[in-house]
Amino acid sequence: MDRRSFIGATAGLAASGLGAPAYSQGAAARTLRVIPQANLTSLDPIWTTAVVTRNNAFMIYDQLCAENAKGEIKPQMAQGWETSQDGLTLTFTLRDGLMFHDGERVLAKDCVASINRWAKRDPFTQVLWPNVAMLEALDDKRFRFRFHKPTPLLIMALGQTQFPCFIMPERIASTDAFQQIRETVGSGPFRFIRDEWNPGQRAVWAKNDRYVPRQEEVDGLAGGRTPKIDRVEWTIITDPATSSNAMVTGEQDYWEYPLHDLLPQLRRARGVTVQQRLLDGTYGVCRFNTLQPPFNNPAIRRAVAMAVDQRDYLTAVAGNDPASWGVCEGVFTCGTPLANEQGSEALKTHNIERAKEALRAAGYNGEKVVLIAPGDYPQINALSLMTADIIRRLGMNLELIAADWGTLVQRRTSKEPVERGGWSIIHTTSSGQSLALPVYHLFLRANGDNAWFGWPNVPEIEALRAEWVEKGADPAESQRIARLLNAKAMEQMYYIPLGFYWQPSAWRSNVTGVFRAPATVFWNIGKS
Amino acid sequence: MFAYIVRRVLATIPVMAFVALFVFSLLYVAPGDPAAVIAGDQATPDDVERIRASLGLDRPFLIRFGEWVWRILQGDLGVSIFTNLPVSTMIQQRIEPTMSLMIITLILAVSVAIPMGVVAAWKQGTVIDRTVMGFAVLGFSVPVFVVGYVLAYIFALELDWVPVQGYTPIKQGLWPWFRNLILPSIALGTVYIALIARITRATMLEVLQQDYIRTARAKGAGQRNILFLHALKNAAVPIVTVIGIGIALLIGGAVVTESVFAIPGLGRLTVDAILRRDYPVIQGVVLLFSFVYVLVNLFIDLLYTILDPRIRY
Repeated sequence: MDRRSFIGATAGLAASGLGAPAYSQGAAARTLRVIPQANLTSLDPIWTTAVVTRNNAFMIYDQLCAENAKGEIKPQMAQGWETSQDGLTLTFTLRDGLMFHDGERVLAKDCVASINRWAKRDPFTQVLWPNVAMLEALDDKRFRFRFHKPTPLLIMALGQTQFPCFIMPERIASTDAFQQIRETVGSGPFRFIRDEWNPGQRAVWAKNDRYVPRQEEVDGLAGGRTPKIDRVEWTIITDPATSSNAMVTGEQDYWEYPLHDLLPQLRRARGVTVQQRLLDGTYGVCRFNTLQPPFNNPAIRRAVAMAVDQRDYLTAVAGNDPASWGVCEGVFTCGTPLANEQGSEALKTHNIERAKEALRAAGYNGEKVVLIAPGDYPQINALSLMTADIIRRLGMNLELIAADWGTLVQRRTSKEPVERGGWSIIHTTSSGQSLALPVYHLFLRANGDNAWFGWPNVPEIEALRAEWVEKGADPAESQRIARLLNAKAMEQMYYIPLGFYWQPSAWRSNVTGVFRAPATVFWNIGKS
Repeated sequence: MFAYIVRRVLATIPVMAFVALFVFSLLYVAPGDPAAVIAGDQATPDDVERIRASLGLDRPFLIRFGEWVWRILQGDLGVSIFTNLPVSTMIQQRIEPTMSLMIITLILAVSVAIPMGVVAAWKQGTVIDRTVMGFAVLGFSVPVFVVGYVLAYIFALELDWVPVQGYTPIKQGLWPWFRNLILPSIALGTVYIALIARITRATMLEVLQQDYIRTARAKGAGQRNILFLHALKNAAVPIVTVIGIGIALLIGGAVVTESVFAIPGLGRLTVDAILRRDYPVIQGVVLLFSFVYVLVNLFIDLLYTILDPRIRY
């Protein structure tokens, strides 16, 4: 019995009728005790892209506009915005009552400084920023973009969830975008209690009594962000079985990312609710190094894709229940407007024998394939081991390297041949939001040295992407270009989409007001 | 004796210097890049380079090492790359849980294991002896995390006597503090008890064959006196040595125990820092552990002179 099976078994025993009553009373009733998905090590959501830092930032800071449950961008701090007839200016007006945690009013100059810092790091905005001629504060409540040419996608960039534009005081937002800020003063619904922060153990936020939420009902990340609990306490519990036990006994109220192995037991436990809260699934990615043999040959990449059956991968990650995952054999997020399967025939083959024939025809000569599997990331490790199995069954010369994530993220930067420390295949995961549009689809980019690790160089992809940036505001054009992009990406096959799995959350039954959203946030949530 | 203590304390300086050089060099050549971890998947290679430069990671080895040593000599362990907090602050936040866990485990292990070993030697070949040795084998064989999960299941989930996880600082009350440490210290202590019980039994068996024990018996000394006054004192040196060596075992075990019971101690701090490549934190914690280990060994050496007056330094 391995460790994973053992913790599953013990947690299963624990959950079977051991739902001891929670001892939440007094302060505990006003405190939401949360097990976050990772340790909160840094607090600056611009300096690092860690999801846990972003989730912390959603509590501290507010956004000008935000994404609702349908993916539409709605005003948040902004009362509204106005685009000129010619599309060359965009003017934002802030709503009343916005205050930073230090008591200062939120002013237009704070927004300008925050946008300028964020724009230096957000890949989406970097595509649009050359269109911006000027960004200026008009008065305390209004600021304006002037464009060289109409840029309707900027609203989408400002309201996005994957790299949100959080508003900070000007003096903090003036920090270099590559330096970490030292203060955590925002205008969001919760204040960060720095004195109680013990990285690796605990992080605490208190209700921001000055916060004036919007009057609309909460809708995804849009609408009223009403803090309904005095304190939110994150406790870092690295062991999934211990997290599960803490949920069952009521020592914790909310577990953001329960391990899939433990979901059946948690569902059986008394007083625990398990539901899908995040709106998007998590997508698996198998990435080839296109600079080195054998995967510098697109035909060999396609041959490997022919052997892939996403269901095998997803079962390995999220279990046998088909409701826990979904097949998605295209490059765009399934269920979004751009999703399509044009040209995805290779990925739909699901046949190892045909893949072997294709591999022979492609001229594979026994070159070594180095696949790096990160043992400390259970989901990515499972995806890696599935591909390793396929590579072996195809008769390729595989070297499987077990490493930790820290080693992998460094080694993947190497463009050297495998004999000199390079690599052939790596895996990663991505939120569905990040794959919904060509403009921020990291794995689709094919601009050679500037592309994501693997460095594909496909000028047609880049041309289509540029065309989408120009014409993407028109739905019909947007979908036409998306189909061409999918077909080209599948022809070149520099990465294999591996489908998506759902990541549910668990909470105690006395936790109220939990709503679906594109990110884990804690406003509107209370305890009965 | 005083001269010896001074010599030994001074001898720790080159040991610590070697540890410092070793740790720094090891981290320098080890794969991994904190800038890549910070930058995340969306970052371009230029972004990663700029973060590396802002963290000073692009500078030559000797300059970085020299600066680090200079800061250490001034008592400054540096600042965490990720949290921006001083490493000394992070260690201060974590030292109490780990020290509490280790002290309780040590007390528990010594007070259980030595009587077990003595009784097993006394009752050699009987059911008691076989039971003690069976426990010792089991204690060695079962991993700490398995003991931890089983204890948590029985005593926290089934019986609801103690919490499943967490740590309460001692300033919030002795009982809440102790309550959180009961299961972790038993889990961590199991292997330690097995080790000490085995060495106690083996040493006691050897001592009990000695002439002076036969003489004591002939003089009519009681069994308790023979075992604990005559035999145990003479068997103490190897036992104390093993207890000292076992401190390293405790440090290693604390990493797993702290994870299983979500105790925010130095073990978890070390693992988290290694996974993130938070170099200043790793260096600070390893230096601290090395220093503690050197001090423990010094203490054990000094204890020899009390346990065996024939030993002189």
